[in-house]
Amino acid sequence: MSGRKRTLEAISFELVMTVIAVIALVIIIAPSLVVLIVSFTSGFSLRFPPPGYSLRWYAELWNAWQLHFAAKNSLIVALWATSLSVVLGVAAALAISRSRTLSARLLDSLFMSPLVLPALAFGLAALMLFSLVGLPVSPLTLVIGHTVVCVPYVVRNTVAALAQLEPTLLESSAVLGASRLYTFRRIVLPLIRPGIIAGAFIAFMSSFDNVPVSLFLRDAATDMLPIRMWQDLEGKLDVTIAALSGVLIIATVALVAVMERITGLSRRLTN
Amino acid sequence: MGAAPASRDVTSYGMGLAAPLALFFLLFFVAPLLQLLWLSLHNDTAALHWGLGQYLHFLADPFSLGVLGSTLLLGAEVTAVCLVLGFPIAWLYQRVGPKLQTIIILIVLLPLLTSVVVRTFAWIVILGRQGIINATLQSLGIIDTPLKLLYTQFGVVIALAQVQMPLMTLPLITALGRIDPNLDDASCSLGAGSWRTFFRIVLPLSLPGVIAGCTLTYAAAITAFITQSLIGGGQMLFMPMYLYQQASTLQNWPFAAAISIIFLLAVLAVVSVFTTLGRMSRGYGGA
Repeated sequence: MSGRKRTLEAISFELVMTVIAVIALVIIIAPSLVVLIVSFTSGFSLRFPPPGYSLRWYAELWNAWQLHFAAKNSLIVALWATSLSVVLGVAAALAISRSRTLSARLLDSLFMSPLVLPALAFGLAALMLFSLVGLPVSPLTLVIGHTVVCVPYVVRNTVAALAQLEPTLLESSAVLGASRLYTFRRIVLPLIRPGIIAGAFIAFMSSFDNVPVSLFLRDAATDMLPIRMWQDLEGKLDVTIAALSGVLIIATVALVAVMERITGLSRRLTN
Repeated sequence: MGAAPASRDVTSYGMGLAAPLALFFLLFFVAPLLQLLWLSLHNDTAALHWGLGQYLHFLADPFSLGVLGSTLLLGAEVTAVCLVLGFPIAWLYQRVGPKLQTIIILIVLLPLLTSVVVRTFAWIVILGRQGIINATLQSLGIIDTPLKLLYTQFGVVIALAQVQMPLMTLPLITALGRIDPNLDDASCSLGAGSWRTFFRIVLPLSLPGVIAGCTLTYAAAITAFITQSLIGGGQMLFMPMYLYQQASTLQNWPFAAAISIIFLLAVLAVVSVFTTLGRMSRGYGGA
């Protein structure tokens, strides 16, 4: 800032913007804090502030086998969907990232389209197709459906990482006699790895949390955690769910902190 | 050894690498959507008679049209709230040091990565009859009877705005980061005040980010099944729940397919309007 005089007008502008920004940040963070605090209540209801604090609902959670079962299913499906998304998505990102041809741009919009199209409509469509070809709902159909909606995150983050890769590095490597595969393994992969990991992380989180696709592609044998929670909440406000929410919030914050260390997640998502 | 042409570009990879994902999408994304379209063009549940009956049924039914209208309106409201609250966050981000920047980003990211059921559940605790807002207002003596906040349009909009805020804020932060800070100073030294500089320089130059944010927020808000159903309750029906009820409870697949196609087209229409605006704004920003 040059040494311009801070007029009343400038101060009013900065005050208004800062106040709104702080209010917005509070609105963003408040719900997570509220649930976290309520989950430690010693009472039976979701009152805020709680009448007293205890770990009883976390202990209750320990015995909630239905939730454990759903969580295990969600975890397995998310791991498979993420792995499949990384394999297919990174290969596709390599192909389309430096190409300016029409087919590359068309493929790019195709691979991104699950981000804007209603996932619920896709879930219904996938169920119809699977039942037409006689493939019953199973963990397999869930993995396929989740992969479609998770792949965009991997493709987008890998393309972004590749865009920051200096082409001269690849040229020098080739000039020095390295094969394409060797260059890929020793130069490209290490440099774009943080981008791939960030993409895989977001893909994993969105699969683990997916409702619209799971809703149509699961049955009782493949109960999924977010759906189990949603159905529990429609019936009653359960403090066990608050404890489960507490676990999920703490796990998320911990994972984000780890990812920030490994991949610089915050820079990656703003560039 | 093979006679690889000397001019072969070592900096790019063959399009063949995109083939597996393209095939996967063809089989499991494009084909299902085509099948959905095919089914929606049949008048009966057994899919024996072709016709536009399902679409005519939807378009002639005031109830269905009302659901579509309120869904599109909901998206507009959520997008507006996100823009008004999200822009100052992005502005603040550019003003603070690197430490605070990381904190702001992580706060903004938190809802994106927290389970959607958890976030929505939190809003039930806040907005409920004995929720925090009502309890506080009652203990301060401002109101006697609890306000109805849950199961209202207001509740759905505020809960969705919180949930979708990262989708608005992240593109805005990127867009504001690309504006040359000298322009701000230049505008001020030429005599424009802060408000004028903001509305005439900063806002127009950040339009690509605004439009990207609006597109993502709008699409996410109108398709947000869980938040809509838990905060909106039984009284408020939006397109995703309408679709789900027709498909799952009533097993009326052709009508559910038609609802899906209409919903898809509505989303696509909104997205392409935003994209067109984005193209125009980029031309403006580059001028």
